[in-house]
Amino acid sequence: MRLTHLQALEAEAIHVMREVAAEFEKPVLLFSGGKDSIVLLRLAEKAFRPARFPFPLMHVDTGHNFPEVIEFRDRRVAELGERLIVASVQDSIDAGRVVEETGPRASRNRLQTTTLLDAIAEHGFDAAFGGARRDEERARAKERIMSFRDDFGGWDPKAQRPELWNLYNGRIHRGEHVRVFPLSNWTELDVWQYIVAEELEVPPIYFAHEREVFRRDGMLYAVSPHVELIDGEEPFSASVRYRTVGDMSCTGAVRSSAVRLHDVVAEIAATTITERGETRADDRVSEAAMEDRKVVGYF
Amino acid sequence: MSATSNGARRPQAAQSDLVRLATAGSVDDGKSTLIGRLLHDAKAILADQLDDLRGRDGELDLARLTDGLRAEREQGITIDVAYRYFATARRSFILADTPGHLQYTRNMVTGASTADLAIVLVDARKGVLEQTRRHAFIASLLGIPHLVVAVNKMDLVGYSEEAFDAVVRDFCGFRAQLAVRDVAFVPLSALHGDNVVERSEAMPWYGGLALLEHLETVRVDADVNLDDLRLPVQYIIRDGDRDYRGYAGQLSGGVLRQGDEVLVLPSQRTTTVASIDVFEGPVQEAFPPMSVTVRLADDVDVSRGDLICRPGDRPSLARELVADVCWMTDAPLRPGGRYAIKHATHSARAIIEAVDDRVDFDTLERVESTGELALNDIGRVRLRTSKPLAFDPYARNRATGSFILIDEATNDTVGAGMIVSA
Repeated sequence: MRLTHLQALEAEAIHVMREVAAEFEKPVLLFSGGKDSIVLLRLAEKAFRPARFPFPLMHVDTGHNFPEVIEFRDRRVAELGERLIVASVQDSIDAGRVVEETGPRASRNRLQTTTLLDAIAEHGFDAAFGGARRDEERARAKERIMSFRDDFGGWDPKAQRPELWNLYNGRIHRGEHVRVFPLSNWTELDVWQYIVAEELEVPPIYFAHEREVFRRDGMLYAVSPHVELIDGEEPFSASVRYRTVGDMSCTGAVRSSAVRLHDVVAEIAATTITERGETRADDRVSEAAMEDRKVVGYF
Repeated sequence: MSATSNGARRPQAAQSDLVRLATAGSVDDGKSTLIGRLLHDAKAILADQLDDLRGRDGELDLARLTDGLRAEREQGITIDVAYRYFATARRSFILADTPGHLQYTRNMVTGASTADLAIVLVDARKGVLEQTRRHAFIASLLGIPHLVVAVNKMDLVGYSEEAFDAVVRDFCGFRAQLAVRDVAFVPLSALHGDNVVERSEAMPWYGGLALLEHLETVRVDADVNLDDLRLPVQYIIRDGDRDYRGYAGQLSGGVLRQGDEVLVLPSQRTTTVASIDVFEGPVQEAFPPMSVTVRLADDVDVSRGDLICRPGDRPSLARELVADVCWMTDAPLRPGGRYAIKHATHSARAIIEAVDDRVDFDTLERVESTGELALNDIGRVRLRTSKPLAFDPYARNRATGSFILIDEATNDTVGAGMIVSA
């Protein structure tokens, strides 16, 4: 009697979600419409059906997201019959909480942290599920499944609580919260294999499509109202798909002809570059870009 | 070591199983080189990560792979557990890479807590050291069923059979002090790849498997306790519209079947299993580590923290227990100390009655304690809990035999306990 590796990862993730539901007053699940959070939603169904989820869903919307993803997000939430909170970066800008970056390399990536922390405080959330995985990035490789945040929303990588067996310490003081990553032990390939096994729908931008793109820093970006072109950047049409779903301003596309799920899985299995290395400008700022953002409260 | 530019990741079957590994050692043992070699040869390091591992001088530094935090890279040491992932056609592996130094024992204990197999590194030139014994002992104490002694740097001893035999002989000298069921020895050179993925021609005298072959084939299916049914109740799932009431949890022992007569602790009520539900529908049976929801035939009082077992095979139910505790914080563990205790899905309070002994890592002997445990100490502790716990000895069941202690003021996890007896 032995589970397959996907079944074992699933069982672990369900256990984590139920622990949080049992021990926290007000959890929330961060849903971006990306592949990892799509898997999180299925795991929540597995953990809590036939009852409703014991938490709402929340999306930190930069206003620069792919329209296809927003359409998918709303449709998926409606199918599930669950509640979605949209925390808007535009609202944070309008309220003067953050200042929009300017110029051709402007991104709302960093601004999300304020919007996220404000929303957590406003709603009184004490636990937030996220879809981050340890194989994504080396600071994440060191992070706990249940990761403590102080009352500033900060992560202290040097003072993490030991996490043993399947015993999670969910004790916090008022104003503090935890981030919970049920997919910590999944790889990108595990996520795609699970999507295939569970026949989960994903937004169309994960499949190859013709798109107007331009080249910057070795990556292909979508032509959109949210990104200014720099002199010399020439838009052209290419068959591309996305490996990760972030903002249009910081997420690169990869050339691809994979139009079906199985083609995508084959591409992922054969790739020689990590998803964040290939497609995320936000991780390229410095060697510790992710660690630095996480310390101040990023996802 | 060549780049992976032309290499695809190894095929990974959707049907492979999941094996958890822990490594311990320091940079000096070649631990990072070994992990780097395993990941590299299993095609789990991709080209951009490989570029990232080159220092300013362009030399490949595999330690950078696992030392993910700014402080670790600055100091050139592994402090915290790093988790790495690789897969072969047969198995998916989660590797908890832990620091080997004495002052990070708590991090090693953390990484070892869930492992099926531990790799202990020995430098063939230095042979079995105090550190080797300590790593093997911690693996044993944490109930890791399989141990591989990786005798590294064989290239630096001329691939000598005598050097390897000396390590085997020295290790077997204290083998009897370990509870590990299965120990394998592999002579290898992580730097040159001898006996890591492929069997080496440099050591024709070695008739065993290469390390990765061993990891792929070691029998782990018998490690799960399928005898004693243990289902800690984690969460109650209620749906008023459908009149649904189910008890959710992750099986930590035994096989549960629909129609089974079960006993609920601590209430001691007996009932039968009406159905075992998962998202896809009811299933006939469940086994560890499945997460399931159980409906019971009778309307008995069951809450989070209760334990479902068989009437004829029940765990101990007691408020006093004896455990080996690894202490994880600066303020020492002392008699009279009060802590929150989390055991399976049950939370209570605990008071320390006495610290009976402490493990001396030099000799692996238990020595008389000073009455307290300091940071990174492991020792035998007697404690009393505010409510009865339903537990098994750790040696019998790692899930129902373990607990953590939490400081009620700081909320930090300060101790890890492995129950010996009531």
